[in-house]
Amino acid sequence: MLLNQYLLLAAALFVIGVFGVLTRRNGVLVLMSVELILNAVNINLVAFGTFHGDIAGQVFALFVIAVAAAEVGVGLAIVLLIYRNRRSIDVAEANLMKG
Amino acid sequence: MSGSFTGVFAAAAAETFEPSSWLFDNIWLVPAMPAASFVLILLFGKRFKDHVHWLGIATVGAGLVFSLATAGAWISQYESEQTHHSEEAVDGEIIRVVDAEEDGHAEEGDHEEGIAPRGCNLEENTQDLFASSEYALGAGGLSTVEYAASEEGGEGEGKAEHVKPDPVVNCLNWFEVGSFGSGTEAQGARSLAFSIGTIVDGQSLMLLVVVGIVSFLVHVYSSEYVKGDRRYVHYYAFLSLFTASILFMGLATSTLQLIVGWELVGVCSFALIGHWWEEKPNSDAALKAFLTNRVGDIGLLVGMIVLFFGAGQSFDILTINHAAVSGEMSQTSMTVASLCLLTAVMSKSGQFILHTWLPDAMAGPTPVSALIHAATMVVAGIYMVGRLYPVFWEGMNIPGSSFNALAFVGALTTVGGGALAFVQRDIKKILAYSTVSQLGYMVLALGVGAWTAAMFHLFTHAFFKGCLFLGAGSLSHACHHSFDIKSEMGGLRTKMPVTFATFMIASLALAGLFPFAGFWSKDEILVGTGGFPGTDANGTYTVLLIMGLIAAAMTAGYMTRAIWLIFFGEYRGHVQPHESPRVMTIPLVILAALSVLTGFLNFPEDWFGGLGERYGLKFEQWVEPGGGDTFHVIGHGDSNLLLAVVASLLAIGSAVFVWSYYQRLYAKDATATEYTDGLASRSRIARAGHVFLEQKYFLDIIYTDIIVGGIKGPVARMANWINQNVIDAVVNFAGTSSTAVGRFVYRFIDQGTIDGAVNLSGTSASESGQVLRRVQTGRIRQYASLMFGAATLLAAVFILVV
Amino acid sequence: MISTLVLVAQETGNSWDLPANIAFGIISVIAIGGALRMVTTNNVVHAALYLLVVLASVAAIYILLGAEFTAVTQVLVYIGAILILLLFGVMLTRAKIGGDEELDYEQRWMGLGVSVLLFVVMAYSLWEEFGSDTRLVGYEPQRTAEVADSVFSTYIVPFEAVSVLLLAALIGAVVVARRD
Repeated sequence: MLLNQYLLLAAALFVIGVFGVLTRRNGVLVLMSVELILNAVNINLVAFGTFHGDIAGQVFALFVIAVAAAEVGVGLAIVLLIYRNRRSIDVAEANLMKG
Repeated sequence: MSGSFTGVFAAAAAETFEPSSWLFDNIWLVPAMPAASFVLILLFGKRFKDHVHWLGIATVGAGLVFSLATAGAWISQYESEQTHHSEEAVDGEIIRVVDAEEDGHAEEGDHEEGIAPRGCNLEENTQDLFASSEYALGAGGLSTVEYAASEEGGEGEGKAEHVKPDPVVNCLNWFEVGSFGSGTEAQGARSLAFSIGTIVDGQSLMLLVVVGIVSFLVHVYSSEYVKGDRRYVHYYAFLSLFTASILFMGLATSTLQLIVGWELVGVCSFALIGHWWEEKPNSDAALKAFLTNRVGDIGLLVGMIVLFFGAGQSFDILTINHAAVSGEMSQTSMTVASLCLLTAVMSKSGQFILHTWLPDAMAGPTPVSALIHAATMVVAGIYMVGRLYPVFWEGMNIPGSSFNALAFVGALTTVGGGALAFVQRDIKKILAYSTVSQLGYMVLALGVGAWTAAMFHLFTHAFFKGCLFLGAGSLSHACHHSFDIKSEMGGLRTKMPVTFATFMIASLALAGLFPFAGFWSKDEILVGTGGFPGTDANGTYTVLLIMGLIAAAMTAGYMTRAIWLIFFGEYRGHVQPHESPRVMTIPLVILAALSVLTGFLNFPEDWFGGLGERYGLKFEQWVEPGGGDTFHVIGHGDSNLLLAVVASLLAIGSAVFVWSYYQRLYAKDATATEYTDGLASRSRIARAGHVFLEQKYFLDIIYTDIIVGGIKGPVARMANWINQNVIDAVVNFAGTSSTAVGRFVYRFIDQGTIDGAVNLSGTSASESGQVLRRVQTGRIRQYASLMFGAATLLAAVFILVV
Repeated sequence: MISTLVLVAQETGNSWDLPANIAFGIISVIAIGGALRMVTTNNVVHAALYLLVVLASVAAIYILLGAEFTAVTQVLVYIGAILILLLFGVMLTRAKIGGDEELDYEQRWMGLGVSVLLFVVMAYSLWEEFGSDTRLVGYEPQRTAEVADSVFSTYIVPFEAVSVLLLAALIGAVVVARRD
């Protein structure tokens, strides 16, 4: 068992998550991709925790899970609000920041 | 741990001792008190309303008392150590003054032989972040690290030997990042501790005293000057925060802490310049100050990062200095770092060509100008150079002088700033350009290796420039909030006697006439250039000496002009001027007294017979750092009476010239402020020169129109052109060709799967062509992609380079 | 990429490691495949189901790493709560259930380039730093009691902070999504 195999798996999941965030139009799908990114980070935390024989990795992974729950709650609320106001959750259409 | 650092700079290492006092270990109280005042004002300011100044005055006053007591303790320990040392020396014994191991705490911060002295050497490899910070916050977390006394010191030749005090460093572990380097702790990875702490030595105490005195007087003065202002509470809150942050910066043990203080000072300056932000010029000036400083801040950040890696991954200032002195840091990194830091100095300390914000910063309330833009904030750059002097010394190769950007920038600034002061008609702007010029003096002094002279000039300049600014405030208070010396002032000497007297004294000090403070410090800088025969300084900078002399003559000239237009001739305003109330004049008197007296702190040893030997050069002895391990030899020129006479004569001559100009003008027309048929109107070259000066060397125009406009216009056009012609073409080609390929494939290969994809890519490609037509799409996604991409590239660069 | 991981998983010949490596290979293939499908499928509900697959396999990875409590929490919180929440989101926003051609942003290539670049940089630096010789040796399951001890002693302050954060997020979500 290499440490690296876990880290590479996490890297792959992370990158796929980034890809999802960057390409998906649907707000809910963007949130799902963010979850993927957070999971990749968690794998890293737990892998390093095991590697160092330190409980801290797990503890922080748990914190990240809790924060992810909060993030999804607020994120979905925002998506719902966008949907209610614009009848669409296409994030690509939300271009109010246009200069 | 004693005696580990000898060698290259053994001769430089004077004997040292370790001062200790409860005061030195608790110096953090000094910045903490105004900081507490800021918080209190923020929370309860509204309730205090018009009495909020008492909070500020009380805390800053307490801080001042504390720092004066600390300075007193420092000086008395220094002096007693000298007598002790000379008695011992008579016995012919070689003594070790203090052994570091005596101190129980020192062992905690002990380090192995050969490792650079770390100011903050707490537990390394602490596994558990939170646990370690608990430790650090607990009683045991405070570690006092003392510095090694050198074994082979005291052999230097030349002037009388002094036992030098080592800096007293106290620090806490601020935060820590996990293992650096690969593998586990067992495999040699180490964690990196970021410490926050206080350093007490001559330099920091000097700054503490200067800031304390000026800030205290400004707090008192403001209670009258800003009385009834709509944001009185806000004003005092930021004044307190400003004081706290400059003190915090002065006590910094690590470059990180220095940056934090530096930026805090910048923010407060921004808030205070824009105090009356309802008027557009004021908020513009605040923005200009902030943005100009940001230009330099990039240099600061890059420079500090270079130093971090150059010194073997350390933010600790003493470690960095040690690495610079001992040659552990490569010449390249020191040169790069010192050049980067020079841009920071140029912006913060108003050096040519980034000085343009400083005169505009006069839009703030006058006491703020006195505090920030004369006495304290603008010296932050000087102070930083002084703190990291070994880096500059080596990086700029100061003694060798082949390449010395520091001295060059300083000399350019001191002459350029002085010339600009001649054409201003706003008293505060005259003083602002004068500040630019004097800061140039300090940088010049640092550039030629006259560290002590620069610090001494910083010290004296704060008092007389503070006095001048507060005097200008008093004038405007009398003249209905106007600063225009041509249309609103004149003949005020009888109407405002106290302001007149103090303004005169401060001006004489600024012009550098005997026996006022400026005379001593300016003379020391001129001596330090080594250009004058027989001064025997670090180098021989004749050109710089000449520029310094020109600037000295200019200073006397423009101050004479200002004084004549303000205090002599006929009154040209239309309100009834009156002397300011006591609350404002007493700070003026105190500062004027200080600008007379402080010069004597460092008069040369060979002056006034025996007095010089006994009481001369005290500032130098008290303020100069311990030397040896973490600091270079600071060269001193030999004082030269002839040079002092030449400089004084130049100043007097220039003053007499300007004076006679206005006297003749007065004889002709009592209310005139300049000849209508003067040189500037008769000679085209002189007029061009006048316009050149009035337009401030066209720097603002260069910045806004040429640089910003030049970047904004063509870049946008070019991007547009590329989008229109290159990208569109490529995209269209890709689109059409892929649809063509798609059609081709459609006929031969599986229609259901591939065709759709190809069509999709074709249409999406042409769609993205549409999108790219405008650079600013407002699409967050695109920004996010670019951001991710840029961050990745940056990470790749770091991985490959570091 | 996947095959590399499988190779990595299999190249260590320790007898004790072999079953774990095989398990890791299977799980990682499932995880990465699920993730790839999740970000490419045209159906929102399918994407949620693929996310379930990924989350479950990550939980399995935790078990492989001996972090059992985290694995259980992963199942409970992620699959039990977050995924359901996301499905509610899909329902409430009336996403097309049958599949949607326009789920992807036009600028796929940009995201793809950035992602590939990111992966190359990360993989390179990981390989440089840890190589093929940094092994996880003799790891044992970390006991839940230890986790509890740690959370309620050393990390009590962050724990409380997280609870406050959850409360704030709850209130925030209600405030943001409220119909008024």
